[in-house]
Order: sequence, then structure tokens, then C-alpha cells
Amino acid sequence: MIITKQKPFEVVLEELTGAKSVFLVGCGDCATLCETGGEDQVKEIAEKLESEGKKVAGSVVLEVGCHELDAKKEFRGHKDELAEADAILVMSCGAGTQAVRAVSDKPVFPSNDTLFLGNILRYGHYEEKCRLCGDCILDATGAICPVTRCHKGILNGPCGGTDNGKCEVDPDKDCGWTLIYQQLEKEGRVGEMKEYRPPKNWNTVLKPGRFVIPSRQKGGDEGE
Amino acid sequence: MTRVSNVLGIENKKPSIEEILEAGTFLVSGEIGPPKGPDIEEMIHHVDLLKDIVHAMNITDNQSSVMRYPSLATALIILEHGGEPNLQVTCRDRNRMAIESDLLFAYTRGVRSVLCLTGDSVPVGDHKESKSVFDLESVQLLNLIRTMEEGNDLGGNEMNGPVKFYPGAIVTPEADPLEPQLLKFEKKVEAGARWFQTQAIYDMDHFAKFMKTAREYPVKLQAGLVLLVSAGMAKYMNKNVPGVFVPDDLIDEMASAEKGKALDTGIKIMARQIKRIREENLADGVHIMAIGKEEVVPRILEEAELNITKL
Repeated sequence: MIITKQKPFEVVLEELTGAKSVFLVGCGDCATLCETGGEDQVKEIAEKLESEGKKVAGSVVLEVGCHELDAKKEFRGHKDELAEADAILVMSCGAGTQAVRAVSDKPVFPSNDTLFLGNILRYGHYEEKCRLCGDCILDATGAICPVTRCHKGILNGPCGGTDNGKCEVDPDKDCGWTLIYQQLEKEGRVGEMKEYRPPKNWNTVLKPGRFVIPSRQKGGDEGE
Repeated sequence: MTRVSNVLGIENKKPSIEEILEAGTFLVSGEIGPPKGPDIEEMIHHVDLLKDIVHAMNITDNQSSVMRYPSLATALIILEHGGEPNLQVTCRDRNRMAIESDLLFAYTRGVRSVLCLTGDSVPVGDHKESKSVFDLESVQLLNLIRTMEEGNDLGGNEMNGPVKFYPGAIVTPEADPLEPQLLKFEKKVEAGARWFQTQAIYDMDHFAKFMKTAREYPVKLQAGLVLLVSAGMAKYMNKNVPGVFVPDDLIDEMASAEKGKALDTGIKIMARQIKRIREENLADGVHIMAIGKEEVVPRILEEAELNITKL
């Protein structure tokens, strides 16, 4: 899931300086689990905005904040409220904010900062394990990603900054390559670490990425 | 020995690191840490101080991720002053294209040895918000040099000629755990590293043990020595510098130095280390890092009875 954290309320207020009336959009998926864009946070921000003299024209929590088609459909049911609003505050990730951008002409502002693609360790505890590099090498690294879990993202073993299995940037972070070594050792595959891994292709997907699944590539039926 | 190694090269007045090591001569190198800012007078003074008492000088590349005067420019200054530079290249600040073009420049201006490093992490330095690059790392950088020596670049294109360097790398004998570090050492050897400098070592018995393993590889190895200036510095390094371990007896020796004499004790310790390395043939040379105390390098060499003109 996409991990987000709320911007300080003063920052959000500053973003909305020119708006007297605001429409709020939450996300029922990742941002709800991060407590940055669920029903409760939408209600909370609405109250805070009202106490600062803003009018909250209306709100909706989308099932999934980044689904542009859904956003479009949901917005039809809030036509009048949206028409009244001077701005839309999106309580989702950056993708969700831009989903709203794509389906509305109003000024759109984010309430959150988007941090990373996170695994759920337990409720409220998230950890980055994949960087979406487009060229998965987990087959060779004991299913522990060096691109993500090594701070430098290096590919041929630990750097000199590793100490006691920890990373030089933060003693609370494990050295990814030490984890890989230990895992491969358990599997009797340490020898594979000796294989040279050439420089990585960092352009597997040309930014900004765009992708159509194979079954939708023919006949122009792309869900339009 | 006077010759120009390549077309645009400043005259290389000194024998190269390769020539020294391959001849079996004990290699003595020092280190130049470029300054933060455009005033390079003191750095030039250090170059002049060291150029004839060491075989070569490492130039650090934005060491510890702290922005400084560039290593490549310093390498040229060393050449202009009649010294032999060992250019440190890190992968932290430049992508493969920038490193390749820097290496072309270095080659055409007479830089012959390149020490290939991954580089420290950005957040440990003084530009914490900077984007880190690490498009390559040390092993891939060594391979890049091999590719360029074959006349090609990493884009798969043929260049209009090959370059030639003596590529080196580093190894950390005190790394914990050591096994993954040794795997990487092996990969560096296979990627073309011809000689190694170690991270700072103090525990000579441990180093001797490490060298037994290292000697099995067809590479030369210099012991890296960092001058201790106080007991506090030793304790700080033990706590904060990965891969550095100063044994208690050396910390005690530093602590028991008379007031104002700690530096003298540090010099004595390093001279003793150098003597032991030479006497017991523990390594193929020493790399002296006096970090900010370059002025005392002549004294260290004198106390160690190490005169490069008599090797």
C-alpha cells in the first residue's frame, strides 16, 4: 500500500488561503489505513477548517483514492457541493490527488505527503521493501531487495558503511546486504553472491509510466 | 624517470603506483583532503610537503559526503607540482555518464591510478537533502574501467580509443560480519582491482591474520593507517566509524600521554605500526592518513625510518 502522512494543519490552511469553501476527498483504502484520509480524518479536518472560518461544502471518501473512473462517477453525486466549493482538498496520496485533478477543473490541493510503497508489519506499522524498479532481482538475493533495503541501493554486496549488521545512515536500520548474506547462507546459496551484477537499467519504464495489460491491448477496449 | 604517459598529459615526473608495486618496492602513500572553498593555498603547501617523501597521494572525493574542492582538479595540481596522484572516484555524486567523461579527462591529463569507491551515504555528510546517485558502485566502477580500457563505454558504444589506468579498491579487514566483506573483496579482484588500500587498521595481530587470506589473491595490498591524535578520537572512531577498531591498549597509551603530548604518542604508535608492517612483511605498503595533521607526516616517516629514496 501507499504510505502517507498528514501535512501540518497550518500548511494545509496556507494552501487553502484563497478558498472560502472547500470540498474534501478521502480515500477508503491506503489513506484510511494510514489514518490520513479515512472517514474519521475527513471529519476531523472538516471541523478544524470550520473553526478557522472555512465552509466545508461537502465531502466524499472514495473507495480507492487513485481510481479516476470511480472518482468521476462519485463526483456526479456531489455535483452541487463541488460547484459551490472554491477548492478541493484531497486526503489521499499524490496519485489520489492527481486522480481528482483529472476529473475536476477546480483548484486541487493535497493534505498529505506521500512516503513510500509499504508493507504492513502490523496495524499502523509500515516498512518499505520494494521500490518499483521494474527489473526484479529478488530471485538472486534471497527475496530481500538490495535496491530498497540497502540505503545506497547497491548491487554487488555490502559497502564499507555497514557495522554489526546495521547501516551507517541509521543504527536502527538493518544493512540490507547483511540480511541477504544471512538468508543466502541459510539456503546454502552464498556462492551466488559472488556473481557480478552489472549496472542496472534504471529506465525499465520511461517516466511517467504508462501500462496497459496485454488482454486490453487489442481492440482499443481500455476501459474508456 | 620522466615521461609523458599520454597526449595531453602533464609530465609525470614520478614512477607510477603500478611501477612501484610491480617492482616489489614498499609503496608509501599519503593523502590530500581538498578544502571547503576556493582557497587552496594550504592544500598546495601539503602537496609540496608530501610530494617527495611519499610515492603517491590519494585525493579524497567529497570525503564523508562533505562538499569540497574537486578531487580531479586536485589530481592535476599534484601533477603540476611534480607529485603522483591517486585519484579517488566515488559513485555517490555522478551517474555513469559523468564518471566516464571524468575518467576520459583524467586519462588525457596524465592520471594513472584510480581508487574505486562506492562513496559514503549522503545523509552522513553536510548536504543531507541532496539526491544520492549510486548509479554504479565500486565493483561496477572497476568493471567500467575495464570496459573503457577495451575502448568501449557503458552505453555499448565504441570510443575513439582506449584508456589505461591502474585500478585500485579498498577493503575493510575489521568489518563485522567479515564474510560478506570478503566476498566483495573477491568480486573487486575479479572486476579488475590490481591493488587495495585498507580501511584504518590498528589491531596488527588481526591484520596479520586477514593478510593470510588476502595474500591468496593476485593483488597488492597497502595497510591504511590513520594518525591518532587523542584517546577521545580513538573512542569516537570505535563508536562511530564502521570497520574501525582501536584496541584498548592503544587507547590507554594515548590516554597516558603527558598533557600536550598526545600527538607525539600518535606519531610514535604509527611509526611503530609501519616498522612492524615492514619487518614482518605484512603488506606491500602503507597508506598514511594524517587527516588535518599533514605537517607531521615527515616526522612519522622519520621515526619509522622510512625513506622512499632508500627503498
